[in-house]
Amino acid sequence: MRTNQVTAYKPSFIKSIFAITRKDISAEMRSRELLSSMLVFSMLVVLIYYFALELDIKAREAITAGALWVTFSFAGTLGLNRSMAVEKDRGCLDGLLLAPVDRSAIYFGKMISNLVFMFIVEAIVIPLYAIMYNVNLLVPGFLWITVLGSIGYVAVGTLLSAMTVQTRTRDVLLPILLFPLVIPVLIAAVKASSGFIQGLPMEEILPWMNLLIVYDVVFTAGSYMVFDNIVEE
Amino acid sequence: MIEVKGLVKKFGIKPVLRGVNFFAQPGEFVVLLGPNGAGKTTFLRILSSLSRPTTGLVTIAGHKLPAESAAVRQNLGVVSHMPLLYGDLTAEENLRFYSRLYNINDANPRITEVFELVGLSHRKRDLVRTFSRGMQQRLAIGRAILHDPEVVLFDEPYTGLDQDASEMLDRVLRDVAAVGRTVVMTSHDLARAEELGTRFDVLNRGIIENSIQRSELAGRNLLTYYKQAIGG
Repeated sequence: MRTNQVTAYKPSFIKSIFAITRKDISAEMRSRELLSSMLVFSMLVVLIYYFALELDIKAREAITAGALWVTFSFAGTLGLNRSMAVEKDRGCLDGLLLAPVDRSAIYFGKMISNLVFMFIVEAIVIPLYAIMYNVNLLVPGFLWITVLGSIGYVAVGTLLSAMTVQTRTRDVLLPILLFPLVIPVLIAAVKASSGFIQGLPMEEILPWMNLLIVYDVVFTAGSYMVFDNIVEE
Repeated sequence: MIEVKGLVKKFGIKPVLRGVNFFAQPGEFVVLLGPNGAGKTTFLRILSSLSRPTTGLVTIAGHKLPAESAAVRQNLGVVSHMPLLYGDLTAEENLRFYSRLYNINDANPRITEVFELVGLSHRKRDLVRTFSRGMQQRLAIGRAILHDPEVVLFDEPYTGLDQDASEMLDRVLRDVAAVGRTVVMTSHDLARAEELGTRFDVLNRGIIENSIQRSELAGRNLLTYYKQAIGG
């Protein structure tokens, strides 16, 4: 008969989330496939803007937020696709689904690791952009908006990438589904970021910040509720 | 240990399983045979809680599916033809990750024990993507039994393995079953299935059409029985 010496307790929700995030970061630190593709793409976009647009200082300040958020959102789809494709390629998504954890822990684990990768890319691209365009981006408000916008983008992106990874056309399908849904985030993030860069009064920025916060809360909660149904056949 | 009554699974309007009744006692090694498209993989995916039944009753280790799927998964190990392992992590990192997901208390001795069982102690610090198909399959078995489940499901574990790797897998499968676990395996390799199984069920056209204990084969080989069962 089985000796049954192994003691396995009911897994903790928080521990499961961090196990998944830790696994993703360890695997990425070794392969660097996801980060390198996101970074190279972002830098190329910034470089293309630099050569394509000849702008004076006022115009530069005006387009900075838009240019950066376009860069982040396109680079983000590369990361989201890759992050979920790794789970699908060797059947690892089934491995996660077979674990006795609440399946929303898988969503939050993947979301946090996607967010970490997004922040790493932003932490490199923002200073690079600031140097190339001679724009001051070390504004605390702008950095907070970057964090809030990234959370909203990744909250929806992680959910949709879990849906599209099951399809053959996942690379094309993710941006087609994702961009219409993140339009509120992109508009609010661009408006609020521009406001901080151009030094507009807080009353003009606050409504956009509030929209971002509400979007983050609603879409994170919504994704938490539907993730289980999305990943199950 | 496993009880299935009137299991129906439809994809859209197409029925894949048409009322499967199945029972496995503790310690039994049931081999599920059947032609391609008979519904074997769908059946195992439902047992492993990866897919929901359309109708029917499924109970594993006293827990009902899909209502108590987390409790079922705690008692279940699954090996498919995919390794379910991360190529960019070492073998040890893979098992450590799964030990965290299963919340195994004091995982180190158990991980060492599993490596010894599957014969991969010497490669535990190597990346999984450098492993041969046979080694990946042995590690996949290690992953599946890491939390010492009562029930283990194998879906075509011999797919893509050469003779040496298949023989090594035979030994590992015997060790897995020898400690009293209930095993359900699908396979097209009838010679190997005959050596390992204690009971053979034939799933054809969405139902289990025939079932026989190994002791009842009485001199016939499994291939002859299987051909008669599917009317070939």
